[in-house]
Amino acid sequence: MENWFHTQTLLIIAAGAIATYLTRIGGYLFIMRMKSIPPRAEAALNAVPAAVLTTLVAPAAVTGGLDVSLTLAVAFLLGLRISLLPMLGASWVFVMILRHFTG
Amino acid sequence: MTPDRKDEIRDAVQRGLAIAIAAAPFGVLFGAIAVDNGLTIAEAALMSATLYAGASQLVGVELFNHHVAPWLVVLSIFAVNFRHVLYSAAMAPHVRHLTFWQKATSFFLLIDPQFAEAERRADAGRKVTYLWLMVLGASVYFPWLALTIVGGFLGNLIGDPRAIGIDVLLPIYFMGLVLGFRSRANWLPVVIASAAGSILALHFVGSPWHVSLGALAGIAIAAVLPLESKAAEEPAGEPVEEGT
Repeated sequence: MENWFHTQTLLIIAAGAIATYLTRIGGYLFIMRMKSIPPRAEAALNAVPAAVLTTLVAPAAVTGGLDVSLTLAVAFLLGLRISLLPMLGASWVFVMILRHFTG
Repeated sequence: MTPDRKDEIRDAVQRGLAIAIAAAPFGVLFGAIAVDNGLTIAEAALMSATLYAGASQLVGVELFNHHVAPWLVVLSIFAVNFRHVLYSAAMAPHVRHLTFWQKATSFFLLIDPQFAEAERRADAGRKVTYLWLMVLGASVYFPWLALTIVGGFLGNLIGDPRAIGIDVLLPIYFMGLVLGFRSRANWLPVVIASAAGSILALHFVGSPWHVSLGALAGIAIAAVLPLESKAAEEPAGEPVEEGT
């Protein structure tokens, strides 16, 4: 077992896991302290999926280089037409072909 | 087992495996990078099993190798995962019917696509049950754990992730998830505000805070725009009587 785990690494992983779990329950605990959710807050919560997930895409589209920007543009257009996994596969093929020809 | 429960399990497994397939390259990549950065395969697996949050795991292992203070590694993991606070807040209306332990266990599995699938199920008017949440989560969790171990054994055989296009897979995947919500109220203004907010925050504040700051920009826009819901359609004054 000694070779499997190192004490400091274990402690960091444990603290990281606790910190992560707190983020996963924190918002719920906060919302539950309110007696009722006002309409504006409800509209805000309703926007959470698109708002958060967009921030994981947009910076890559402008800082990742022309190949990444082009691929994301293609993925966007495909995503309006076909479902997620085929879109992911087709976009992946696109970026690999693009990089093959542009180096 | 009732047909309803069978249907729930089938739906959750199908959606979960689709997520697992999309996440597979990252599970392998994480295992490989973790071992390259001096973690043992057991430590990499433990990290996947207890953090279960891909992006923060990659950030964490990158820092392990740079003699960064341990508390800074933990803070970085926390910062990368901070967006989950918003997820668990938004999940509140869907999980109200669960018991304490059911909430405690299902929130452990709250990753980006798990949240996105739960929101979409609620949008479709279907109940987000404990069974459905756990089967969906388990269908991603166990493949993720297994692929971490596979990646750990492969190690630096993986080579440069950029050469096989893995670096763009995640943004493409998340774009697909964003598009899945395009029928929601004020979707376009929210997306534009979050995109602009995250790009500006990345430039002026830096990573990973651009995620939370950008998200707050989109959420703020949704909060101030006119309400499209039925609450807005019903006038606050006297109820309109029909047939008079």
